[in-house]
Amino acid sequence: MNKHTLFPILLLLLLVTGCTRRETLVGIGNREQILHLGNLSEPKDLDPHIVTSVSAYNVISALLEGLVAEEADQSGVAERWDISADLRVYTFHLRPEAKWSNGDPVTADDFIFSYRRILSPALGSPYAYMLHLLKNGKAYNLGTLDDFDQVGAKALDDHTLELTLETPTPSFLSQLNHWSWFPVHPPTILKYGAIDEIGTQWTQPGNFVGNGAFTLKSWRQNRSIVVEKNPLYWDAKTVRLNEIHFYPIGDHTIEERSFRAGQLHVTGTIPLQRIQYYKEKHPELLRLDPYLRSYYYLLNVNKPPLDDVRVRKALAMAIDREQIAKFVTRSGEQPAYTFTPPHIGSYEPPVRFTKNVEAARQLLSEAGFPNGENFPELTLLFHTSDLHTRIAEVIQQMWKEALGIHIELENVEWKVYQSRRKNRQYDIARAEWVADYVDPSSFLDVWLSGGGNNHAGWSSVEYDALLQKAAQTTDPLQRLDYFQRAETILMDELPIIPLLFLPSKSLIQPSVKGWNPSILDHHPYKTIYLEEQ
Amino acid sequence: MIKFILKRLLELIPVLLISITIVFFMIRLAPGGPFTEEKSFSAEAIARLNEHYGLDKPILVQYGTYLGNLLKGDLGPSFQYPSRSVNEIIAETFPVSLELGALAMLFALIVGLLAGIVASLRPNTVQDHLPMGIAMTGICMPSFVLGPILILIFGLGLGWLNASGWETASDRILPVITLGSAYAAYISRLTRGSMLEVLPADYIRTARAKGLSEGKVIFKHALKNALLPVVSFLGPATAGIITGSFVVETIFNIPGMGRMFVLGAFNRDYTLILGLVVFFALLVVLFNAFVDILLGLLNPKLRMDS
Repeated sequence: MNKHTLFPILLLLLLVTGCTRRETLVGIGNREQILHLGNLSEPKDLDPHIVTSVSAYNVISALLEGLVAEEADQSGVAERWDISADLRVYTFHLRPEAKWSNGDPVTADDFIFSYRRILSPALGSPYAYMLHLLKNGKAYNLGTLDDFDQVGAKALDDHTLELTLETPTPSFLSQLNHWSWFPVHPPTILKYGAIDEIGTQWTQPGNFVGNGAFTLKSWRQNRSIVVEKNPLYWDAKTVRLNEIHFYPIGDHTIEERSFRAGQLHVTGTIPLQRIQYYKEKHPELLRLDPYLRSYYYLLNVNKPPLDDVRVRKALAMAIDREQIAKFVTRSGEQPAYTFTPPHIGSYEPPVRFTKNVEAARQLLSEAGFPNGENFPELTLLFHTSDLHTRIAEVIQQMWKEALGIHIELENVEWKVYQSRRKNRQYDIARAEWVADYVDPSSFLDVWLSGGGNNHAGWSSVEYDALLQKAAQTTDPLQRLDYFQRAETILMDELPIIPLLFLPSKSLIQPSVKGWNPSILDHHPYKTIYLEEQ
Repeated sequence: MIKFILKRLLELIPVLLISITIVFFMIRLAPGGPFTEEKSFSAEAIARLNEHYGLDKPILVQYGTYLGNLLKGDLGPSFQYPSRSVNEIIAETFPVSLELGALAMLFALIVGLLAGIVASLRPNTVQDHLPMGIAMTGICMPSFVLGPILILIFGLGLGWLNASGWETASDRILPVITLGSAYAAYISRLTRGSMLEVLPADYIRTARAKGLSEGKVIFKHALKNALLPVVSFLGPATAGIITGSFVVETIFNIPGMGRMFVLGAFNRDYTLILGLVVFFALLVVLFNAFVDILLGLLNPKLRMDS
């Protein structure tokens, strides 16, 4: 071996001996109270009136605080509130010590400004409809009312905010925790543009002024967002974390690898193929918590033979959901026989069908397809994902065995899927719904006639009327009864086939404390801390 | 020479215009738009957004506006990231891809040249077969296989390096090796081939006869001519390594331009995709022109021909 071959080998040896097992980010973070979080995707913005994604919410909830805290009975900026007997007028008393991160006090006028902003027609805010609850909120948002003074939001003084609603809304406090209700700092918004201007620079580090437990330290696109403890936050003494780093790692496998390499405290999800491994080898790192997330198939009810309710019912009854949960998804999914998941207060969704292959065959035969004969070839549309593919393959097989029908599977790209679903260019399509707040209406309102997310093309006058009644009543039991009756109609008509209730899934280091289960998968950072093992 | 450079730069204009036109209209044919999401926006919200971004105007007007802005160097706002312009996104992500690409190229050159020279000195012996065998493996092994293997060994097994990210200096090591190794392998084979052609030449024998040291003979006399094929490979390779690194950027979660391009396509971020295409086209043409000039400098014969 001459010196030319020796050189690279020596170089390699030098490199190898120079390395030692280093202290991980998690290890350093535990010592310095720096939380490293997997955040799935890059938020499109940090403006609560613009964003729609969970990954944006995860950051925004550190930077801004609403009137109430995560648990609707706990206070946020409002220290207490009065509710009128007809459940339509809510008076919030804001805590005088609440401050923006630049030292300005948080006032009732700031909330009025924020509501005016999100409802401005020109802003085109996707979640403006959440504020249609306010009296005249919808009219102002649609541009039919120009005078914001007629909208049901008044500042009685600097620290008293009165909100008047269109209808009695028992879930209002829970809805207030949605980011669309969060306040923004008026002078900052106006410094970088008009109240209804899209895409200004106010959300950039250095410009952002918030009222949350943390402030924006840096935002490097597609790399990380760092927030640090806000010393001016009214409850700063409770906050124990010094910093939170959010990493947009879209690929679940890479995220899991980063977790194993000690770069993340908590992941955004877990790749399907790794769940069994963690269940068996490291159950202490695995977190599967109930979540308000419903996984279902949409049926195009305008297209034969799916326009026949017997066919829809047969398809729904032929699926063995227990098997799918046990052998395919394997992450603690619950079989779904209703659209609304359990765990929403005292609401009990009505079960109108179960798995029954015999009855399914009978129904299909009555619809004119005995043993699946002459059943036209239908297509099941879904977008590229391991989970959707596996579930679709199993269901295809189940329908073939139980009903003797063949369904084609069609796997398309995300935007293609969305566009086809929206334009109803499908026979059967995979879909799911995650609640925005804890109330049956967050699920059932989807299927109102003409609703923006009602992609099945189904409508029922009776269903609409029941939900309308539920919105008007002040009697909580009566309200639940209306919801149950509405969901009964939905489950008898079956424009959708409920399949599974998905849990929230994550990997979590044992050093993370105070990361409590939450059915909206919200984790208030102010009570989270790190403790070295 | 100046005439030659000017000619190459003028060639840019039709290339850019054609790529912009094709991409501008093709991307509109793809189903879905920038504002379709899991939870549907209301029709009013979509109308407002279309109005804000000028998507409500006839497509030819949009095309004209885009070209007009492009002349001013304005690539427009990103549809997916409303508070950022495409210029800002490129300014933020290009340095990352450039650093990754430059380091990978450097790695490829050092390893490739060394291996090629070593192999060519004793052809058809172990000293030849070993590096060339490794090179063949390097060419054959795709980065999406090599990357995870390296992560498994150095990130998860030994715990020396991070499994993803672009934060510390050591985060550069694995992506650079992953991206550079195929190029290193190719360069080593090119070097070996041309060295084998050059080494038996008369002028090398003369150099040896003059009593020059073996090192001087190889590095000063043989390598200079043997480098020509490597240099002509470098132009397209450098452009390719910088613009085509999206697989490696994805494997290691690196915030570079390649990943942005892929995300832009998935998100139907029209302006971002167009902006990156313009930028990539510019890069490829510039690198090719640069190499032509460099070749001219290295090889007087070429210069005289042109």
